[in-house]
Amino acid sequence: MSVTSEKFPASRDLAAPRERIYLRRKRVNRIALALSLAAMAFGLVWLIWILWETVDLGIGGITWATVSQSTPPPDEAGGIANALWGSFLMVILATFVGTPVGIMAGIYLAEYGARSAIGNITRFVNDILLSAPSIVIGLFVYAVVVARMQHFSGWAGIVALALIVIPVVVRTTENMLLLVPAGLREAAYALGAPKWKVITKIALRAARAGVVTGVLLAVARISGETAPLLFTSLNNQFFTSDLNGPIASVPATIFKFAMSPYDNWQQLAWAGVFIMTLAVLGLNILARLVTRSKI
Amino acid sequence: MDQTDATAPAQAKLSVRNLNFYYSKYHALRDINLDIAERKVTAFIGPSGCGKSTLLRTFNRMFELYPDQRAEGEIVLDGENVLTSKQDVALIRARIGMVFQKPTPFPMSIYDNIAFGVRLFESMNEADMDERVEWALRKAALWDEVKDKLNQSGSGLSGGQQQRLCIARGIAIKPEVLLLDEPCSALDPISTGKIEELIVELKEDYTVVIVTHNMQQAARVSDYTAYMYLGNLVEVGQTEQIFFKPKRQETEDYITGRFG
Repeated sequence: MSVTSEKFPASRDLAAPRERIYLRRKRVNRIALALSLAAMAFGLVWLIWILWETVDLGIGGITWATVSQSTPPPDEAGGIANALWGSFLMVILATFVGTPVGIMAGIYLAEYGARSAIGNITRFVNDILLSAPSIVIGLFVYAVVVARMQHFSGWAGIVALALIVIPVVVRTTENMLLLVPAGLREAAYALGAPKWKVITKIALRAARAGVVTGVLLAVARISGETAPLLFTSLNNQFFTSDLNGPIASVPATIFKFAMSPYDNWQQLAWAGVFIMTLAVLGLNILARLVTRSKI
Repeated sequence: MDQTDATAPAQAKLSVRNLNFYYSKYHALRDINLDIAERKVTAFIGPSGCGKSTLLRTFNRMFELYPDQRAEGEIVLDGENVLTSKQDVALIRARIGMVFQKPTPFPMSIYDNIAFGVRLFESMNEADMDERVEWALRKAALWDEVKDKLNQSGSGLSGGQQQRLCIARGIAIKPEVLLLDEPCSALDPISTGKIEELIVELKEDYTVVIVTHNMQQAARVSDYTAYMYLGNLVEVGQTEQIFFKPKRQETEDYITGRFG
């Protein structure tokens, strides 16, 4: 009866070929591991170098005056308090505007328009917006807002930053909602829950760590954006909370000061870089912590 | 199909008439006729893909979540056709609860897992809600294990506890019918035993329908058993009769493991 077994080698004859294949795998494994380690080291070298330079050049410029005084004229003492405050205001408000829009659009894409034509078009356009160079967004807001209002303003900066936040939040919200298992939704529907409750109370809740991470990463991204602000909020050497006029921001100040020939300005630019790096690092760590804690 | 006399004595809570079901073009259920007896446990058995779960999911119109699925025929709950009812489907689902194969605790505390469903259709003060939550958890034989950690996440429980939490959640809204879709398939024997005891207790108050792959389980917990094969309802009757004196050869082959 054992017609088939005669066509194949017996188990004991397989020992030698198995050994050969095993040794080959081990060799390939060692090479692949070495290559990935080299790639990781290559990446880490630059990262550590950047951090090292930032700390080395930045920390020396950090004094109480850095965070309490506004940007000085060349060769006078001062700080970047106005830039920190301006950045803070614009980032917070842009996030405040962009997050709800992004989350709602993400909900639409994942829960309502998943396969509809409008959904597909929205997704496509959103992906373009997501990868659009920020300078394009800056120029767009310049043409649409700044040129019409005839002056630079904090609000224009907020519009530009919000336009960067929205696609990031749309993307992460949609992806995170799609990761929520269908069984969880079915269980909620089975209790007689209406769709909006299933989405807000169950699906969004299950996805909230991911959505919050997306928002925090968007915040981290816009707090370092320079190009859109150069065309919109410009800069301001005075401390102000008036968003109808030009307002200082850390990235724009860094850009201006780092290019200047004055020692104290360069020093302040490095201090700004240091503070921004710390803030972004803090946000990324926060994002990780939020993702980890689950209820 | 054999409508045995066995189903006659108990009153029918749910009557399925000429039910056909389609997954887009695939004809998954063929002319199903079946009565589900009130306050009894009815088990659906049959090989994988025979349509047991599909049939169960028509009872609360769960299939409607997926646009390419549709059902034709009648499912009559207390005189009203569930499939064509003008009532909001949410109201029907509040009367026909369901527990799924995989435990699905909501991403919230144990307490809120149960309160969520209750709040959908009832407004009550905190004390009443506490009482309801305790009642449901006791009913699901989970209270003693979780009473000190009601504010902790439901996903921190073991698989068996999670499934009992889902059952508690299902009965907390006081449905009339409880649908169980292979509720024990992901559980160890001890948890399974607890849930089986629970099922037998539940029929005091509820009409229970259970889909199971485990024939011993069907024999242990059910009063009536329906055997399905390839989208057809082959035979339905009292569980003892199905297991000891099946009328159809196919049923006997399946029950005795001579299924080919």
